[in-house]
Amino acid sequence: MNPKRKKKLVLLTSMVAAVGIAVGLVLFALSENINLFYTPTQIAQGEAPVGQRIRAGGMVVDGSIKRATDSLEVQFAVTDYKHEVIVKYTGILPDLFREGQGIVTMGAMDGNGIFQASEVLAKHDENYMPPEVEEALKASGHKATAQQY
Amino acid sequence: MFDKFVAWFHRMGSPKWFYEITGRWIPWFGAAAVIFLLVGTVWGLAFAPQDYQQGNSFRIIYIHVPAAILAQSIFFAMAIAGGIGLIWKMKVADMVARSCAPIGATMTFVALFTGAVWGKPTWGAWWVWDARLTSMLILLFLYFGVIALQSAFDSKQSAARASAILSLVGVVNIPIIKYSVEWWNTLHQPATFTLTEKPAMPVEMWLPLLVMVIGFYCFFATVLMMRTRNEILEREKRTQWVQGLLSKK
Repeated sequence: MNPKRKKKLVLLTSMVAAVGIAVGLVLFALSENINLFYTPTQIAQGEAPVGQRIRAGGMVVDGSIKRATDSLEVQFAVTDYKHEVIVKYTGILPDLFREGQGIVTMGAMDGNGIFQASEVLAKHDENYMPPEVEEALKASGHKATAQQY
Repeated sequence: MFDKFVAWFHRMGSPKWFYEITGRWIPWFGAAAVIFLLVGTVWGLAFAPQDYQQGNSFRIIYIHVPAAILAQSIFFAMAIAGGIGLIWKMKVADMVARSCAPIGATMTFVALFTGAVWGKPTWGAWWVWDARLTSMLILLFLYFGVIALQSAFDSKQSAARASAILSLVGVVNIPIIKYSVEWWNTLHQPATFTLTEKPAMPVEMWLPLLVMVIGFYCFFATVLMMRTRNEILEREKRTQWVQGLLSKK
């Protein structure tokens, strides 16, 4: 390689590296703000602001879903297997919503420590399987591998 | 071995030689693309089993995932070609980089669009500002920026230089897209396929996906070669060999 090209190569490589480091530092500084949602542990430790609109994410706790008989109001708990947060929501839930499902919900913490949600999104995990496999897993006493938060 | 590669590299730098060799390759890549895409589509849409949770809507994966992979690979290829053009002043590399941008932008759009269509029934939202979706949208804007720069200059050389620098800087976004689902909490699920672990999907589901990915790569190679050949003819139209080619027909 002739010296001129070599110089250019070094220049370009260092340019890309410098931009990479700069962006990396910015993203590191912003990392808290880039997270789409707060986990129940973060909420329990007071990292999430009270009264402001935030997102909370976690798994729907088995047996925690309580539906009102006369309205669309529903109450359930989400967990990251360390802490739980009670969520209240009025509206239509997505198809994938069920016990053990990962969800992300938008709303605010009220004074009583209950999360008043205005939107509930189902979070899909990276596992795919045919229905027969899931039934076989259930029959043998395994649960379909749930995603950890 | 290395000498041979260098010799090949220098030969590829000649527009005439590039034109001739790709002319021979295009039918093969084109045929492979058609076969793989047909087999993959029919297999994925009609024969692969349903997902236990999403039912049939998961089948969008057979378009969404290959398009998203290609969107990132093409950006990478474009940056490498741009870098080669900058350092070695190779005209063919500039033309390859130029031909990459619209294909990559299309793939990015397809990935975003199919993702939104899938997100509505699965998540309950068309769009969420999470790290994966946002970084993918930035990729689309980077592609638009590269395309705009390419046509913003009268001189093809300055256009190539400016767009190569933008694509090299933009490459930083590619690892961000890839690892966004691991570094931050996102609504988008983490990768189903990793190099180190076995896929979180049974073989009868991922095999058609693999076929589709190969098909998409062949399709990209075919379109890239066709576009670059076009570009070569356009830019070399005053040279003797292009004139000779034209008078033959």
